[in-house]
Amino acid sequence: MDVNDIRHQFPTLHQEVNGHPLVYLDNGATTHKPQVVIDAISYYYEKLNSNIHRGVHFLSQQATDAYEASRETIRQHFNAQHLHEIIFTKGNTEAINLVANGFRQILQEGDEVLVSAMEHHSNIVPWQMACESSSATLKVIPMDEKGVLDMDSYKNLLSKQTKVVAVNHISNALGTINPVKQMIQWAHEVGAAVLIDGAQAGPHCSIDVQDLDADFYCISGHKVYGPTGIGALYGKEEWLKRLPPYQGGGEMIATVSFDKTTYADLPHKFEAGTPNIAGGIALKTAIDWINQIGLDNIVSYEKELVDYATEELSKIKGIRFIGQAQEKAGVISFLVGDIHPYDMGMILDKLGIAVRTGHHCAQPVMDQFCIPGTVRASFAVYNTKEDVNRLVEGVKKAQTMLS
Amino acid sequence: MASIQDIQQDIIDEFDMFEEWMEKYEHIIDLGKSLPLIEEQFKTDDNLIKGCQSRVWLHAQHKDGKVIYTADSDAIMTKGIIALLVRAFSEQKAQDIVEADTDFINQIGLKEQLSPTRANGLVSMVKQMKLYALAFQSQN
Repeated sequence: MDVNDIRHQFPTLHQEVNGHPLVYLDNGATTHKPQVVIDAISYYYEKLNSNIHRGVHFLSQQATDAYEASRETIRQHFNAQHLHEIIFTKGNTEAINLVANGFRQILQEGDEVLVSAMEHHSNIVPWQMACESSSATLKVIPMDEKGVLDMDSYKNLLSKQTKVVAVNHISNALGTINPVKQMIQWAHEVGAAVLIDGAQAGPHCSIDVQDLDADFYCISGHKVYGPTGIGALYGKEEWLKRLPPYQGGGEMIATVSFDKTTYADLPHKFEAGTPNIAGGIALKTAIDWINQIGLDNIVSYEKELVDYATEELSKIKGIRFIGQAQEKAGVISFLVGDIHPYDMGMILDKLGIAVRTGHHCAQPVMDQFCIPGTVRASFAVYNTKEDVNRLVEGVKKAQTMLS
Repeated sequence: MASIQDIQQDIIDEFDMFEEWMEKYEHIIDLGKSLPLIEEQFKTDDNLIKGCQSRVWLHAQHKDGKVIYTADSDAIMTKGIIALLVRAFSEQKAQDIVEADTDFINQIGLKEQLSPTRANGLVSMVKQMKLYALAFQSQN
């Protein structure tokens, strides 16, 4: 793997910000796109541009084929058993809403939904809404001061009342990799369904839904070097059949009359309306691009980077890391002395370094640590040790200015 | 007491002396450090301004026909910016505050350096200060 060759494929990385070459370390929020992905989007609008699944004409067929080829690529990426277990969504958030919304009709008073203390808002709020409308109870799996879920508490929380467990594979705020395979197994022992939020896992680890035995697993396109506004939900066939449609409209129907509408088979039952066709097609390109480099190569390279960054940042006086799990990926969250993350972020920005500051849409995580937020550097395969060095210099400079 | 317009001009002149962004930032940080702190009793949720990435407390009282603002923030840069606003608006007549132009923020080259979320926070602060002034004005 040649990182210079990889960087070369990302046009947005080669620009100056505030007079400095850009150092982009906000990949947890979104990744940049390689030229092939940008080209795939353009290709659709320049050459195909037709609605899918409906037309008999040539372009419509071409677009449909490209879109469905992407579904197959995603199936392989997840190692799902059936093609119709892959649902295209707007992204990770819509995928979770689709599932949580379906559970509104399944959950009853006395039922329980478990989420973890390290979820971001997308994997809290839809479940809160589902619980409110069904009178089910939302319970929280606690975590310790290192940012590791408490497995004993989790086991104790599981009961016959537990109907759903919703947990992230990798925490966006802490980088913790959760032992989801074990968690799924225990949940299944009490008959609960499990949704794994793979928003952060998508670019940082391989996903095998059959090996995990996950009931639902979702990813966002824009976090795996693909376009925004597209994502995918894997659902076990039996669950997807059981859940009611999420939205009504074109594409999701079999027959419509004013008396009665019958729904289309999977996956179309959950894909109402004209989707983000260009995004769907380009998502295949993004996944192919990742596979071409090799997820294993990406994982080991990123680990090297994160280890190097942790080591170098550790030399800064007064730094403390938020989230110190043994199993971590992609993310370093930190604070320096009593410097507010917002102040740090503003200075780093002036030095051309993009990091995320704030609560990372995971306010309960920040509440647990009694902090207003963190500075988060999150990594992608195109980052380099030079990026890390610039970050360390930037943090030191900000520290001098702000202390 | 100088008028709001005069104070704003002073601030603009003050920032004109700095050529580098770093010097401007350092000045804001210094201003933040020197901001008179709000009394603890006023650091309540009611006094929190929404729309800021960092937390900002703003308290206003009407005394002898003048509005007096005190403020605080948990972020030092934000605090420095509020210090400028407090300097421009505090101890002025409510009506003058309501009618005041706030373009000096643009002119010191601060707003362009703020991302939209941050600029929104700034707008919220100015808006809240004006709302207090408006409330005091209507009481009279």
